[in-house]
Parts: sequence; C-alpha cells; structure tokens
Amino acid sequence: MDLENQAAIKSIADEVGSENLMVVLGMPGEGLRLAVETLTTGDPSWAGPLAGVSLGLPVFHILEEKVRAQVPEDLYADKLLMMEMVLDLEQIESDLASMRAAG
Amino acid sequence: MTAYLRAAANVLVHVPDLVRYGSKPWREAVRKEHAPGDSFNDLRSFDEIVGYPPNQAFIGNLPPEKLSGIPTPWYENSLAGASPESQFGEILPQDAFYALLEAADQFGLIMFDEERRLPGVMGSESAAALLEGQKNSKDYKQEDIIERIERGEALPLFQEGGLIGCVRRDHDADESLDARILLENLAAKASGAYALSRLLVGEGIAPEQVDYVISCSEEAVGDRYNRGGGNLAKAIAEMAGCANAAGVDVKSFCAAPVYALVHAAALIQAGVVENAVVVGGGSMAKLGMKAYFHLAKGMPVLEDVLGGVAFFLTKNSDDGPRVNLKIAGRHASGKPSTPQGLAEALVRDPLARAGRKISSVDKYAVELHNPEIMLPAGAGDVAAANYRMLAALAVMGGEIAREEIPDFIEAHGMPGFAPTQGHIPAGVPFLGHALERMRAGSLASTMILAKGSLFLGRMSQQADGASVLIEV
Repeated sequence: MDLENQAAIKSIADEVGSENLMVVLGMPGEGLRLAVETLTTGDPSWAGPLAGVSLGLPVFHILEEKVRAQVPEDLYADKLLMMEMVLDLEQIESDLASMRAAG
Repeated sequence: MTAYLRAAANVLVHVPDLVRYGSKPWREAVRKEHAPGDSFNDLRSFDEIVGYPPNQAFIGNLPPEKLSGIPTPWYENSLAGASPESQFGEILPQDAFYALLEAADQFGLIMFDEERRLPGVMGSESAAALLEGQKNSKDYKQEDIIERIERGEALPLFQEGGLIGCVRRDHDADESLDARILLENLAAKASGAYALSRLLVGEGIAPEQVDYVISCSEEAVGDRYNRGGGNLAKAIAEMAGCANAAGVDVKSFCAAPVYALVHAAALIQAGVVENAVVVGGGSMAKLGMKAYFHLAKGMPVLEDVLGGVAFFLTKNSDDGPRVNLKIAGRHASGKPSTPQGLAEALVRDPLARAGRKISSVDKYAVELHNPEIMLPAGAGDVAAANYRMLAALAVMGGEIAREEIPDFIEAHGMPGFAPTQGHIPAGVPFLGHALERMRAGSLASTMILAKGSLFLGRMSQQADGASVLIEV
C-alpha cells in the first residue's frame, strides 16, 4: 500500500479514532491482501507510516455483496458494473473470508 | 499523405551491476547505510536472462501468446537454445553496454580503470555501429577513481562484482548533475541509441536518411534551472549517426510512446518530414523496483534489464501497415480517470466515431507488463486486467455476451511479456510482432494503447492515456 495512502488513513484515524473508521477497497489479489494487512496489523514492508501501527480497521471490498447492495442501482450500473465484469468476485470474497478467519 | 510503419526494434540490456542504482535498491542502501558496492545475491546470469521466456517474446523469438503454454514460474523454465538475437530484437550483455555508456558520454563522466579495459561490443553489429568514429576513450588511474568515490563525488561501477570504474557528478551543488542522475540519463541515452541502431541496421536504413527523432524516454535531462529540459532525442540521434535528423522529446509518463507514434505519423502526414523515428531508452530507476517482494518469495531479482524500443515511420507505403490517425484515442482532462473512463476514451469512443466495433480490431496491445514481476508485489496482472476491461466494454456495447468474455480475451489479447520499465511495456513492444504478422497476412489490425499515471508527479490527480490503430 503506497506511503501517501498509509499516511492519509493514519491521519484520519488519529483525528476521528479508529473505532469510527472503516475502509472500502477496490483492488483485487495480492494488493488487496497487502492493504488489508497494512490496515489491520500494520505495514508488512515496514516502509510506511503504518509500520508497527496496528489500526485494526474493518476493511471491505466495494464489490462484496453486502457493500454493493448499498449502492443505488443507477450509480452501480454507471460506475461499478464494468469492474464487476473485470474483477474475479468469487476470488475476492474468498480471499477476504480467509483473511478475516485468520484474524 | 499517410504515414506507414516500416520497422520496429526491441532491445534488452542485461545490467545486473546497475540494479543497485535503481530507485528502490538505492533508497534501501541509503536508509540502511550500505555501501554502494553491496548488492543482491540473487541476480541472474546473461544466459538466464536470454533464456527467460518473456525476454524471448520481447525480442521477437517467441509469439507472446505462446507464453500461456509455458509452465510458471517462467524463470525456472528457461527456453533451451534461446538466442540473444532475433528478427527485430537483441539482448546485449553488460560489458558491451559499458562500452556504449562510455561512448554516450561527452563530458568525462564515465571513468574506466586503465587496467580493467572492457572487451568492447563484439558480437553485436548494432552496438558496434555506435562505436564507429568514436575517439579513443580516455583511461583513468585506479587511485583517481577510488579517491573520487571516497570523496563522495562518484559512484562505483562494477563488472561481475569487481570495481572497474566510476561515474562522477558534474557539479557539487546541482542535483540534476548528480552522479546517479547522470548515470540514469546516460543509460537512457545509450540504450535508446542501441535500440535505434538495431532498428537501422536490421532494416538496412542509413542513419543519414532519418529526418526526425522523437524520444519517449522517461528521464528528466537538464540542469537545476530546467530540470527535465529534455531533448534526449537529439543526443540519441547524434550518437546513432543520424546527422540529418532533428529531434524532440514527448512525455506523458507511460503513455508517451503512443503519443510519440501519433506525433511522428502526424508530422509525416502533414508533410513536415518524410520519415521519423520514435525511440525509447531504458529506465535505470526502475531496476529492482519490486526486488524486495521477489526476494521475500524466494524468487530471483527479475528487474535486471533495461528495455529499449525504436520504430521507423515513413510516407512510403513499402510493405508496412498504415498508422490510422482517424482512430487515435485521447483522454480529455474533463473525463474521469477511472479504468472505465480511460477504456471508453481510448478504445470505445475513437472506434465508434469511425463506425467501428471493438471486436473489429484483431489484436489489442495494452500495457504488456510481465505478470511474473507484477503479481508478487500486489500490482496485479496489468495486461489481463486491461483485456478484461476491453471485453467488458464490448459487453456493455452489446457486441458480445458476458459469457464470451474469456473467448474475446483469448482472441484479441496476449499475456504481458515486457520488463517493468515504465514506458517500455506501453503496447508498443507488440509492434515488431504485428509487423511480421501483417507482412505474412495473418494480422490486419492492431490498436496500441497505454496509460500514464500523472498523479505520480503531484501536479494533477488525473491519469492519462493515448491509443492509435495500425492496420494494413
């Protein structure tokens, strides 16, 4: 996860408290795994502002069923439908499930 | 008038001892106070990078589509009997490249030890052509080299681990003339000139025939009063003996090569010049960019080569395809910089304006980053994601059904095969393959498209992109 995004999220968490913050991601695969790890247990590369900082934030993917159900239909068709075709939804859901199970 | 694509060249330069000067390895070295002499242990040999299947696809000995049939990891499945030469490409070893670096330098910046002369560029006609007419290089004493390195004015240059010389700064207070920056710029110049030379030698074009050179290389050549002042193109043209060519640089991060093709074709079509070369030299900054991810996964350092590309465009049709400037996509600054917004602007819209469908283009050449380099770093399979996006566009336009997405990708796409050298993977490495297929009658059209991450420079949150159709 790039250092600027880490800094931005850390600054928001400091301001509003990590209990009042959740993060919705858009990337799949290894990028998703690294971002989840960075936002929960800390930056695994030990290079960014979240190195050694365990924010423990709830993390979701925009295309998870329970998240996308919150998006109005017309907005979904305009902004997300194509990405739904591009990304492997089942893989994303199963990656997140296993990461959540691992705590 | 119309512009035609006559020739393409793709080159790779194996530079294991320059990986330490890539931006990421250098940052780590500075942070951990390592000496610049320290480097990675898991660097590949010349034979290994020649046999590496994606490199064979890059220089043209292997159709990119065949990569799908080669078991992964590709770095463990070297192609037996692979050659460093091909119909439109070549791979150069580091010692020969050092000779080119020295030839690229007109200011005594590269200093080689008189006791450790390099063997020269035997074996590569294209590299040898760049050394013709060069003055004898100056040799430096080892004490002088070591003294400069110890004073912090120069960075050491190594061959197979041994010190052979240094690159020195040219000003003590100008960051743009710092030793590592100058080495970056000279590496781009020398690898760009090598790609151009390979293009001209391979096609039998005399350098003096070239009218105009556009560089799409990434380096910010200049001094502190005009960082990125530019015109690496003219420096490359001069080195390649293109004495009648003027030149200019075109930049837009990784999208630059496609802009450069469009600009070159437009200059020819408008009658300003009769021919033009587009050339891109390699990016030293990106060496070892994802090396730490690779090493953590027990992989070798895969970003150990500089890439170079060159293309010859002309007003004479010869037997080359035309650059169809009527179907050139551009991404306006008011458009969303989302993957979807870019795909619509670069592919759907220009084709629709010409009354064409997405599936009417035989092959799309998107950003062709080698997935084996990208995936371990969490950067995704860039080429595959782009092809899925094009297929999704075709679904949205009612051209194909959603179930047909995999077939669309199979027919119109290919696996990524280019080294992660920023602008080098930008669709254009397919052009050499496309030319061969078009001449053989097995391909009628290809759309080249690339995106640029403008936000990296902090001047805009936007992304950018460009595309153009090339067809018989």
